[in-house]
Amino acid sequence: MSEPKETYETVAGCKVHVLRGGKGAPLLFLHGGRGAGIWLPFFKSLAEKYEVIVPEHPGFGRSDTPDWLDNVGDLANFYLSFIKQLGLKEINLVGTSLGGWIGADLAVRNSGALRTLTLVAPAGIHVNGVPKGDLFLWNPEQTVRNLFADEKLQEFALKQVPDEDERKRQMKNALTLAKVGWQPRLYDPNLRKWLHRIDRPTLVIWGDSDKLIPPAYGPAYRDLIPGSKLEIIKACGHVPHIEKTAECVALVSKFIEGAK
Amino acid sequence: MEFHMIHLMPFAELDLDYDKKYNSAWVTLPNSYYDPAKGAKLYNRYMDELVYADALGFDGVCCNEHHQNAYGLMPIPGVIAGALARETKRCRIAVLGRALPLLTYPLSVAEEYAMLDNISNGRLIAGFVRGIGAEYHSTGVNPAESHDRFHEAHDLILQAWTKPGPSVYEGKYYHFDYVNTWPRPVQQPHPPIWIPSQGSRETIEWSAHPTRKYTYLQTFSPVAQLKRFMGLYSEQCEKYGYQVQPQQLGWATPIYVSDTDEAAVREARPHIEAFYNKFLRMPMEMLLPPGYLSLASLASVGDKARAAAARPNALTVEYVMEQGMFICGSADTVAQKLEHHQKEVGYGKIIAMMQFGTLPHDLTKRSMELFARKVMPKIRHIGANSAPVVVEAAE
Repeated sequence: MSEPKETYETVAGCKVHVLRGGKGAPLLFLHGGRGAGIWLPFFKSLAEKYEVIVPEHPGFGRSDTPDWLDNVGDLANFYLSFIKQLGLKEINLVGTSLGGWIGADLAVRNSGALRTLTLVAPAGIHVNGVPKGDLFLWNPEQTVRNLFADEKLQEFALKQVPDEDERKRQMKNALTLAKVGWQPRLYDPNLRKWLHRIDRPTLVIWGDSDKLIPPAYGPAYRDLIPGSKLEIIKACGHVPHIEKTAECVALVSKFIEGAK
Repeated sequence: MEFHMIHLMPFAELDLDYDKKYNSAWVTLPNSYYDPAKGAKLYNRYMDELVYADALGFDGVCCNEHHQNAYGLMPIPGVIAGALARETKRCRIAVLGRALPLLTYPLSVAEEYAMLDNISNGRLIAGFVRGIGAEYHSTGVNPAESHDRFHEAHDLILQAWTKPGPSVYEGKYYHFDYVNTWPRPVQQPHPPIWIPSQGSRETIEWSAHPTRKYTYLQTFSPVAQLKRFMGLYSEQCEKYGYQVQPQQLGWATPIYVSDTDEAAVREARPHIEAFYNKFLRMPMEMLLPPGYLSLASLASVGDKARAAAARPNALTVEYVMEQGMFICGSADTVAQKLEHHQKEVGYGKIIAMMQFGTLPHDLTKRSMELFARKVMPKIRHIGANSAPVVVEAAE
C-alpha cells in the first residue's frame, strides 16, 4: 500500500489540506474535533478497498480558517461544494464525532452524491437527561483518559508529546471546535427535526464506554434516521476508529458491501 | 493621583478546605458552600466599607461583575452601585464592569448605567469587560465570539448614549431596529469609560484608539506585566500620534497598610494567601477556554500561563509582595512603592483593593484609614495629566 497523496483544494475561497490514498469507490472521511493530520491505520486498511479522502475541515489543522465559518451548517454546505468541485459521486461518507454531525447535516441538506452514510459516535443531537462530558473543562490528561476506554492505550497516548507545530494546530482545532460547538454544546436543536430526510443506507457506530457522548445517544440517532442500523463496540470509548480499528474497519466494509 | 477603592465582595466565610474536594472556587464549586445568613452580613459589611471610603476621601468606589463563584459576589453589580449612588454623596461610582459579551440584550447596560448616572447625578464611571474565561463556562456564551460580541455591544451602547433615538443598530450578533434608550445619561456625551484588562494586545490597541482614549486598568498583575502592558499602551498611543496621559492608566492591586512593615505582613498573610490560593484558584481550562484569546494572544499569554503554572502552588505573602502582586507595609513603605512604580510606569489612578480574601472588617477599616490619612496625601500630587485628554470624533 503506497503512501497517501497530500494535496490542497480551494473551495468557497478556503484552502483545505487533503490526504488521499487507495483505489476504489470513494470514501470521504470527516474527522472529529481533534483534527486529522495523519494517515491513521483506519485509513490504511480502508484504502485497500476504497479511495479514502481525508480533508481537514476549514478552521482545522493545515486548512485555512475562512471568515464565513460560524457553525456546522457552514461546514455541511462547504462539503457539498467540495464534493461537487472534486466531481465525487456514489460516495461512502464516514464521519466521526464532529465529522458525524457534519455528515448528518450534509445528508439532510442534499444526499444526492452519497451512496452510504456511516456515523461514528456523531455529535449533533441532544438527549434530555443524558449529559455529555464537558470536554472543554477536561485537562489534557483527563481528555485522553476520557476518550479512550483502554488503559494501555491511555498510557501510550499520554506519552506522545506534540511538537510546537502540532501544539499550535491543536490550539487551532480547539478554537474552531468551540466556535461551532460550544453553545448549544455539540448539537443543533434543529437537526433532529430533519434527520428523517436522510434517504441513504445509514450505519451508526458507538463505543459502549463513550464518556464524551454517552452510548445512549446511539439508539436516539438510530431512531431518528429511517432504516438505519446501530452497532455497539464493546470496551471502546469515543474514538472507535482509533481504539478498535480492526473491528471498526470490518463493520464499515461489511456495511458498505451489503448496502443496496 | 486619583484613588479609588474596589471591592470584590468575596464569600469570606468560605470553607477554605473546599479544595480538598473541588479544583476551583468557580463554576463548579457547589453553592451549598454559600451560607445565606453569613452572606447577608457580608454584603452589608462590604457596602459599609465602600461608603466609609467615600467619607475617608477616596475619589471613587468600584464594584464589578463575576458569576457563580466564591471570589466575588456581584453577579449583578448594578444592585450594589444603585445602593452606593444613594448612600454616597461625593465620590465617583465605578462599575468595572459589566461583561458585555455575556448579554443577549446589551442595551440593558446602556439603560442601567444611564439610571446610575442619573441617580448619582453624574458620578458614574462606566466599565466594560469581556468577563474572565470562567464566565463563559458558567453562562454558556461562546468564548470564540467574545471579542466580536464585546465590540458590537460597546458600539451599540455608545450609539444609544450619543445618537438621537430612535436609531438602528445592525451587527452580526446584535441587531436592533429601535435604539432609543431612556433615560439618557447625565454626563455628556457619556460617562467616562474604563477598560479593565489582563493585557490582551487587541484590548490595548482598541482602547487607546484616538476616538476612544479610554482609561486602561491593569488588574491584579505582577509589576513586570504592569510595566510591559502599560508600556505597550503608551507605545500604541504614540503610534496613533498622541502622548498618553497618566489619567489614562490605572493600576488595580490589593493593598494593605499597618503600623509597621512587620505588622502589615503578619496581619495580611493568611488573607492575601487565601485570596490568591483559594478564591482565585482555577485550572487553565476554566481560565482560558478556546477562543477567549486569539491564537496570536494565546501564543504570548500561553507562555505567561505556563509561567504561572510553574509558580509555587501555594503563593506566599513574600512571593506576591516580591512580584508586586500585593502592596503591603507601613504607610511610608506603601507610599514609597506606589510612587516608585508610578515613576516607572506612569499611571495616574490607583484602584486599591483594600479588602481581599478573608481580611476581616477591623483590619480592612484600619488599613483604609491609614491609606487615606497617611498614604494618599503623600502621593496625591504625582500622576496628574500634563494636558487634557481630547477624544477625536469617530467617523
